[in-house]
Amino acid sequence: MAVFDTIDAKPAPGRQGGLVSWLRRNLFSSWTNGILTLVLLYLVVPSLWHLIQWSLIQADWVGSSREACESGGACWVFINTRFSQFIYGFYPEAERWRVDIVFAVSALLVAALLYPKTPAKGWIALFFFVPFPLLVLWLLHGGLGLTVVDTHYWGGLMLTLLLATVGICGALPLGILLALGRRSKMPVIHSLCVVFIEFWRAVPLITVLFMASVMLPLFLSAEVELDKLLRAVIGIVLFQSSYIAEVIRGGMQAIPKGQYEAGESLALSYWKSMALIILPQALKITIPSLVNTFIDLFKDTSLVTIIGLFDLLAVGKAGLADPNWLGYSVEAYVFIGLIYWIFCFGMSRYSLFLEQKLHTGHKH
Amino acid sequence: MNTQKNDIVVELKDVNKWYGEFHVLKEVNLQVRRGEKIVICGPSGSGKSTMIRCINRLEEHQAGDINVMGTKLTGDLRNIEHVRRDVGMVFQHFNLFPHLTVLENCCLAPIWVKKTPRKEAEALAMKYLERVRIPDQAHKYPGQLSGGQQQRVAIARSLCMSPQVMLFDEPTSALDPEMVREVLDVMVELANEGITMLCVTHEMGFAKQVADRVIFMDRGQIVEENTPEEFFNNPQSERSKLFLSQILHH
Repeated sequence: MAVFDTIDAKPAPGRQGGLVSWLRRNLFSSWTNGILTLVLLYLVVPSLWHLIQWSLIQADWVGSSREACESGGACWVFINTRFSQFIYGFYPEAERWRVDIVFAVSALLVAALLYPKTPAKGWIALFFFVPFPLLVLWLLHGGLGLTVVDTHYWGGLMLTLLLATVGICGALPLGILLALGRRSKMPVIHSLCVVFIEFWRAVPLITVLFMASVMLPLFLSAEVELDKLLRAVIGIVLFQSSYIAEVIRGGMQAIPKGQYEAGESLALSYWKSMALIILPQALKITIPSLVNTFIDLFKDTSLVTIIGLFDLLAVGKAGLADPNWLGYSVEAYVFIGLIYWIFCFGMSRYSLFLEQKLHTGHKH
Repeated sequence: MNTQKNDIVVELKDVNKWYGEFHVLKEVNLQVRRGEKIVICGPSGSGKSTMIRCINRLEEHQAGDINVMGTKLTGDLRNIEHVRRDVGMVFQHFNLFPHLTVLENCCLAPIWVKKTPRKEAEALAMKYLERVRIPDQAHKYPGQLSGGQQQRVAIARSLCMSPQVMLFDEPTSALDPEMVREVLDVMVELANEGITMLCVTHEMGFAKQVADRVIFMDRGQIVEENTPEEFFNNPQSERSKLFLSQILHH
């Protein structure tokens, strides 16, 4: 028989700090790693230096024509002179204040909705989803006292953001309903959802957009004329909703059966149990894949160029065709790429933040 | 509510159920009077859980009748909801909602099913959380609690709906041995307060302490129904003798 004394807790061994020890641990931990590090540095540093020289040090920033670009670096003058086209497309200059208002109010509303501590979030959300889209439509399209600006003048970043926002806000709720429908025990609803999802998921988005712009008018009678932009938006929403439906269905399948049973045993109805218990958990665990889909959607909006809509990328390309500015495609693509990257990176960071915020302790 | 008929709150008449071809409940008959405490035991796979899960229609029976508080359980969703409001259930794996705090777990059903104002529901929840002795954990999430605490929250969550009947489906089987006591203590208190209780458990001490009747099931049948004293000291069927010898002398 043996009895042991209690051992007092001791502090954990301290981690070594400092640059040198970090370097030693991560880059030079053995002589092979050391050689690898040096080789890679030799390859990476010069190209990085070239990039910095081209894009920043030797670049030309001010001017009004290509004569200002003589230094051999990047010609940001090209972007400068065309900046407003990148943002507004061919929206008439005199009316661009309307787009600015939409940008500013949307940014404010989205920021308020995304910031966790905003008071009266429910009301802001209600405003954002019900009257606000109509207001945006009125401001952008005109009528009722404002000059009408037809949708084929819309373009640039404004069009990209519009497509992405409407796409996400439309496809998410539809996707949730489709996911619920596919898991439904009612055979008719179940089969309808399966057919819908499998159909839209199996065709490429380009085909969908083509169908929407070329084929649909053939089927509809001559009096019914749907706006081309509207048709594209509907195509994007239907297409993406089937992806989102499958993502959410996956999430719902990961929720233990006991959660459904606990809801039932408390006499919650199907809809309440879904809205209060299952979906909050399913959406939470699918945040990474949902954001993945959203980022995909954001970038896929550039496909509308093939049906003649001028989104950010298409406007950039149109600029390249300008005979006064031939040969500056790299600058245009780098700039456009940077804008896409900023938005997509922002979504990605926000989703990480949201995941951490919604984390409520151990899993079981 | 039907308080006549000798105060019978739950009645199962010739209940049969199959999982595919497997006959899981065979001609089960049971009457539970108001305030009665019934402990159901038996080997695993004997249909104990299935039987009590039929009482709040988490499982559907295929033949026979189940009456709860005078409502007959059929496919009618309104009847089912009506019964579930009156029947609380505690699960083996607690099944708390991990995305809600303890307090929100307790308030959810009163607010959304019974339309209790939030303030009232919270007061009610705090009352029951005090009764299960964890009011100080009200603002934590289930994932931050021990198993015993979680199960006590689950009991409080059920009580918030003021059920007439409580069903316990092996409430202590998933707990660490050190935590069984705290949950059983709460259940004993509840029993002493007079609530009707059907409990699937292998805690024989609990059965001796509170049960009015012990029901022993095997292979989908009720094999023996007896008072706890008789059941433990003088079991009638061969099957229950074997079962008792196995769980008491291992």
